[in-house]
Amino acid sequence: MNTESASTPLPRHDDLVDERLVSLYFVTALAYLFISMLGGFLMALQLVHMNPLRGIELMSPGRWRMIHTNAIAYGWLANAFLGALHWAVPRLTLRPVFHKGLSYLIYGAWQLVVLSTAVGILLGEAQGLEWGETPVWIDPVAQLGLLLVAINFMAPIVKMKGPMYVTLWYFMAAFIWTFLTYAMGNFIPQYFLCGSSAGAVGGLFIHDLVGLFVTPLGWGLMYYFVPILLKKPMWSHGLSLVGFWGLAFFYPLQGIHHFLYTPIPMFLQHGAIVSTIAVEMVVMTVVINFFVTLRGTGRAFYDNMPLRWFYTGMVFYFLTCLQCAFQTTLPFQALIHFSDWVVGHAHMVMFGVFSMWLQGIMIYLFPRLFKTEWYSKTLCEYHYWLSAVGLFVMAADLILLGVFQGFWWASLEMWEVSVDGSQPFWILRLVAGLSMVGGFLAFVVNIYQTWLKSKSVKTTSAA
Amino acid sequence: MFESKSGVLLIAGLFFFGLAFVSNVVVPVIMYRDLPEKTALEVVNGNLRYQFEDLARRYPEEFKKAFGEPPASETEQQKWWNEKCAEALLAGRKIYVGEGCWHCHSQFVRPVSNEDKRWGPVSESKEYQNELQRPVMFGTRRVGPDLSREGGRRSNDWHAVHFFEPKRLSDKSPMPGYPWLFDGSPDKPNRRGLVLIAYVQWLGSWLESYPYFEQYEQSPLKDIPLAETKPDDAAAK
Repeated sequence: MNTESASTPLPRHDDLVDERLVSLYFVTALAYLFISMLGGFLMALQLVHMNPLRGIELMSPGRWRMIHTNAIAYGWLANAFLGALHWAVPRLTLRPVFHKGLSYLIYGAWQLVVLSTAVGILLGEAQGLEWGETPVWIDPVAQLGLLLVAINFMAPIVKMKGPMYVTLWYFMAAFIWTFLTYAMGNFIPQYFLCGSSAGAVGGLFIHDLVGLFVTPLGWGLMYYFVPILLKKPMWSHGLSLVGFWGLAFFYPLQGIHHFLYTPIPMFLQHGAIVSTIAVEMVVMTVVINFFVTLRGTGRAFYDNMPLRWFYTGMVFYFLTCLQCAFQTTLPFQALIHFSDWVVGHAHMVMFGVFSMWLQGIMIYLFPRLFKTEWYSKTLCEYHYWLSAVGLFVMAADLILLGVFQGFWWASLEMWEVSVDGSQPFWILRLVAGLSMVGGFLAFVVNIYQTWLKSKSVKTTSAA
Repeated sequence: MFESKSGVLLIAGLFFFGLAFVSNVVVPVIMYRDLPEKTALEVVNGNLRYQFEDLARRYPEEFKKAFGEPPASETEQQKWWNEKCAEALLAGRKIYVGEGCWHCHSQFVRPVSNEDKRWGPVSESKEYQNELQRPVMFGTRRVGPDLSREGGRRSNDWHAVHFFEPKRLSDKSPMPGYPWLFDGSPDKPNRRGLVLIAYVQWLGSWLESYPYFEQYEQSPLKDIPLAETKPDDAAAK
């Protein structure tokens, strides 16, 4: 990449990045994030006996819970990642994506997939596979969409010569893994297997969806944006090699740790546990690499808004992975499995880490897309603090509650005791969730005002 | 190799993924190759038939609307009931999945945390080798209790009222009501309501300890083959 750019002039940014498409992806992603938050809100209200929409079939909390998770995975994360990829991949490879028309086709097709998933779930057509509730008749379309995404982004990467930057290792692997993971999880337990072995596939699917689709794209983007924002290279290239190959080897081996103490053979469960603990070591190397890179410029954590989101996400990443290494051990599992501990953990990963990173990327990119500064720094601060504190309170609250629930169940109290005892925690979770929604609304208002500002800047400069 | 395209694509992308697939998926598949997958019809048993026929007696009009009437001849009748049971199980499972029941109720009893004392015998692989566990309904969260030994614990009308409005039977339950499984009141379950009740009554009906799961050792049904005997006969002894 460097040798090429030295001899030939760099291509223009406008020829590489389709900014309209990036904005389109981001705005769509935010719309799905809002829908997902509404779903979570409805479920939280149901748990504290305050659901105002009782008895309405299409508003059933059970169905909206699936909307909540699927909108996050396929509506919010996937769209936001695609937007960020349309910015990062052409700029890293100095080549545009395969075909502009294909990019828009993928955008349209993916919204079709997500919307028909939502409609299917609301109509009670869900598939019995966690994180893969997409009705079975949509799965082939989604699979085709993922193939097209891989082709569109692999084209510029394949044309590059010489060694590639870390980010591109993660992206390349992610395109393959996402395709394979989706195929494995959605088709094998539906058409080929049943029972415990299908459970093993289901566990592997939940796990790979986070580990082989979300995680590599997330870390790839961090390796891309953090050095740009800090204006210096990563501290250690060697450690980033360890991080990538450690993830690639250990991560997919752990699927069964989602179903410990099931009838799945015990020696396979032990294998999953060992590799989970191993991947925690790998995570440490990556986190250390990023924090040492920050050394000497720590002030940026306060001054630089996108960086603050990135590094907050990394702190949560470290915490979730550390938590993983403990909770996967059998004594922990016996206590906390099935409880709200797991729910807290999931929120910390999905919101605390990857949604934080993607919102940080949006905070960095929206001013560049709109060609103007943020409308309000105060709203940016509100967005950050309401989201970060809300998430922290929600995760801490649910994780603590999980311990209580585990003890109530093990002590053979009446089941109602565990439900009653959860009430104060569930109310606090509702408040924390509202704080996160508040942060989101501050963000949306800020984006809208910035967009208005960019319009007026354009008209005044034209006049 | 570690920084080349082919290294990333072939080793990390394909080989490591494949390795995990073999160890996590192919190994259990090989281990369970001797446990053939049963169809819905094959898992219909006497206990379920009893509950299903009870539904027909309890809600005759609704049942007739949902399933029609049994044929006149005795032998065809047996076949008809079994087929309708299987049909109800598959349809009931679809409701169970579509309503997201499996996100708040698990279907496996672990050998830890006193779970066998609360619910009954620890789950075994052979219990899951059937069409109704495709994909498997293990579940990952328990807001409400595990349901894998729920069958026969409570009567059909209890389930009907509970599905209609759980708070009528358990005032602090956070479970939502499902009035769309009924035609207006809990004594009028529609087809969706009937099949869901049948599905829930099936869970655990294959166990020797049914329906006294917790008193596993002392079960009065222990020595009685399931398929030929109705539990009410056994209880009468």
